[in-house]
Amino acid sequence: MQVEFVVNGKQAVWEVPPDEFLADTLRKHGLLSIRKGCNTSCCGLCTVWIDGKPTLSCSVLSFRVQGKFVMTIEGVSEEAAEFARILVAEGADQCGFCSPGFVMTVLALKRELVSPTDDEIVHYLTGNLCRCTGYLGQMRAVKTYLGVTQR
Amino acid sequence: MRANKEDNKSYWKTESIGGDCMFTVGRLAQPDTIEEAYRILMEERDAAILGGCAFLRMGSRKIGTAIDLTHLDLKAVREHEDWMEIGAMTTLRMIETDPAINNRFDGLLAEAVKPVIGVQFRSIVTVGATVFSKYGFSDLIPALLALETEVELAHGGRMALETFLNRPFEKDILVRLWIRKDERRAACRSFRNSASDFPILTVAVSLLAGQGRIVIGARPSKAEIALKASRELSNLDANCPRIEEIASIAADEMSFGTNMRGSAEYRRELCKVLVKQAVAEVAACK
Repeated sequence: MQVEFVVNGKQAVWEVPPDEFLADTLRKHGLLSIRKGCNTSCCGLCTVWIDGKPTLSCSVLSFRVQGKFVMTIEGVSEEAAEFARILVAEGADQCGFCSPGFVMTVLALKRELVSPTDDEIVHYLTGNLCRCTGYLGQMRAVKTYLGVTQR
Repeated sequence: MRANKEDNKSYWKTESIGGDCMFTVGRLAQPDTIEEAYRILMEERDAAILGGCAFLRMGSRKIGTAIDLTHLDLKAVREHEDWMEIGAMTTLRMIETDPAINNRFDGLLAEAVKPVIGVQFRSIVTVGATVFSKYGFSDLIPALLALETEVELAHGGRMALETFLNRPFEKDILVRLWIRKDERRAACRSFRNSASDFPILTVAVSLLAGQGRIVIGARPSKAEIALKASRELSNLDANCPRIEEIASIAADEMSFGTNMRGSAEYRRELCKVLVKQAVAEVAACK
């Protein structure tokens, strides 16, 4: 079946099977930032935005993005690079496998929450698993990026 | 959503393979009316309603006709004079952020869904799927059950959530939830081995003009009202000296089971603590 939507600002008309999930469809079309880390809908690695909302692309059937706006990290590369520099400076990046999904969630957080508290940041980022670096470095980087006071 | 006691088998199978599951869809139907959706569900072979699909993708179900309710305008929270209407395709994230829902029942429903995995997961999973499937691990059902909630089914019509939960499974489509907009005070608690895991136990408590309700979920079977403890809560003295007693009554009257997350005995002890906390919050006791 055909699905018509906007991906990273460009109109797309793609042929998708009814049981294909968005993560697989996006990868098939060369958007290789999309990773699947858990296969149980709980690691956050495959996060993309659908109509601006961070969503697990591994668990959304592709036909359901009909008429919607999908954004992957390829579509927000400048913003992502800005945050990535801070992430690296804080030593909160190692193998990098989880980074695209994590970065997409942080950028979404910045758009959705105004001057969030530590608890609000942690709540928004829960469900983004990283097995290399630990979450304290990530927290420092997120707070520097958001410009909220280090507490 | 992921599995619990009833389907541990498929859960482990999924994890050990580590690759893609063999969830398949033969044909997709996107009906324009609920009547048409129900007709397809009843008439076509191996038909299934698609909720958020986070749980379906974990299994290996071969769906002949998948029915997608996207065109039925069910992804919405609407306020009526006496009732609040929640469409079946409303996501848990919408429940968490909707102002009307947050402003009622001390934010009970939003608080109940907040610990469910992460923001991106809650943007997918739907109210209709979690309620219709009567998942024991559902964080939403106990909170809904603590309120005056009714379930609207395509064929079965409208009935109290409690009645629906106690009925045997019947093919149907959950269309909407209806919650009476009363001035109930409410609070909920849950306990997990780690953040974003399934709950070991969930508790929801509400109180309205001498009518108390205490609900225990993830026992690990489906949520139920603790009737005796609820009656005691209804008679709660304003100075609330009997909170511990109410918590003990709830723990004694409920049945608990053992699964990979915790034993029945552990759940019974947790029940006392969580009920005590939630009742204290609702009754605004020190």
